[in-house]
Amino acid sequence: MDAKELIARRVAREIAPGSLVNLGIGLPSLVANYVPASLGVFFQAENGVIGLGARPPEGMEDSHLTDAGGGFVTAVPGAASIDSAMSFGLIRGGHLDMTVLGGLQVDEAGHLANWKVPGKMVPGMGGAMDLVTGAARVVVAMQHAARGQSKIVPRCTLPLTALRRVDLVVTDLAVIEPTAAGLILRERAPGVSIEEIRAATEGALVVPDDVPEMALA
Amino acid sequence: MKGALTPEAAAGLIPEGASLMIGGFMAVGTPERMIDAIVARGVGGLTVIANDTAMPGKGIGKLISAGLVTRVIASHIGLNPETQAKMISGEITCELVPQGTLIERIRAGGMGLGGVLTPTGLSTEVEEGKQVVEVEGGRFLVETPLKADFALIGAWQADYIGNLSYLLTAHNFNPIIALAGRMVIAEAESIVPVGVIPPDAVKTPGVLVDHLLIRAA
Repeated sequence: MDAKELIARRVAREIAPGSLVNLGIGLPSLVANYVPASLGVFFQAENGVIGLGARPPEGMEDSHLTDAGGGFVTAVPGAASIDSAMSFGLIRGGHLDMTVLGGLQVDEAGHLANWKVPGKMVPGMGGAMDLVTGAARVVVAMQHAARGQSKIVPRCTLPLTALRRVDLVVTDLAVIEPTAAGLILRERAPGVSIEEIRAATEGALVVPDDVPEMALA
Repeated sequence: MKGALTPEAAAGLIPEGASLMIGGFMAVGTPERMIDAIVARGVGGLTVIANDTAMPGKGIGKLISAGLVTRVIASHIGLNPETQAKMISGEITCELVPQGTLIERIRAGGMGLGGVLTPTGLSTEVEEGKQVVEVEGGRFLVETPLKADFALIGAWQADYIGNLSYLLTAHNFNPIIALAGRMVIAEAESIVPVGVIPPDAVKTPGVLVDHLLIRAA
């Protein structure tokens, strides 16, 4: 199993039955593959649909139905189409149960940076700032390190997405829960030791006596 | 509603230096024939207010490629490398706005409000230079309203008096910008007799629409 699949399978276990969930583009969007339809979850895409479904059959795409990355999607029975004001009213107004976002850095205070690398990448924040500010629960799904650099840092050096502390970070090595007392190491990826996680993590971790291996969907 | 115009005649209403709100999300729900006519006319110095600048060759991306845009107010430009390159070279000034804030600023402009109070962007770069107020114990950024000289709408159906309906994720910014443009021009995929669009399905009442584009050839 590759790192992205591992992360997506672990995040999928965080999704509560019957909830409204927004998945970011890229890695977070893979989470939907591991959420059974029987859970009755509605996925929101911020461009304007509640009840996002899988990719349509080849040649049957509808140019009026895409996800927030512009890719063709379907809609599940019970779906609703909404305009952007309603879409962000749901997000900012606290009606969204959970969002899963990618990350560039998460720091010891639980702050997320994921929208800008000054001088290099200035794509714009899109919906990320509203999602982190307003969603009831914020889960960050990202690789633990990029180009040998830990993405879990003492303090974000990249511009913050929001001041709100994220609720959970799932990486290819660990599950980490940011709290007022710091970053608590909750779970290890299969076959990964606490020492390996510490070595790969620049930020300080609080390590409980028992750190079980992740269970995957 | 003042009548149906050819795309060329509609583009002819737009002077050098005009501000345009344009519907669409990654070119879904964008009035493409209208954009083609603006590109053909070649008036420059335009300000574009929209969710994104699509990608080269599609929707707003065509205006960017043609060099007609000098200012962009958008939430995301990450999928159009030309917009990013022109921003870095200084050819385009770009104000990046959180998506939920952008649509609310447009809504405020269109609905006669003096602005928006939002928690999104607090303690981030978005806060710089802005007033922060406290209301009932919560902190909020004061965001100013947005209006534009023109709102260019991409709709699914229009009737003869300009009532508009939209499909699925092609709503996005369209119903909101219809209130915030001093002149509203709508391009619909089909034009139907009055009464064909049920009153409950009308998302933009015809009283807001100044001109329709004539049907596609």
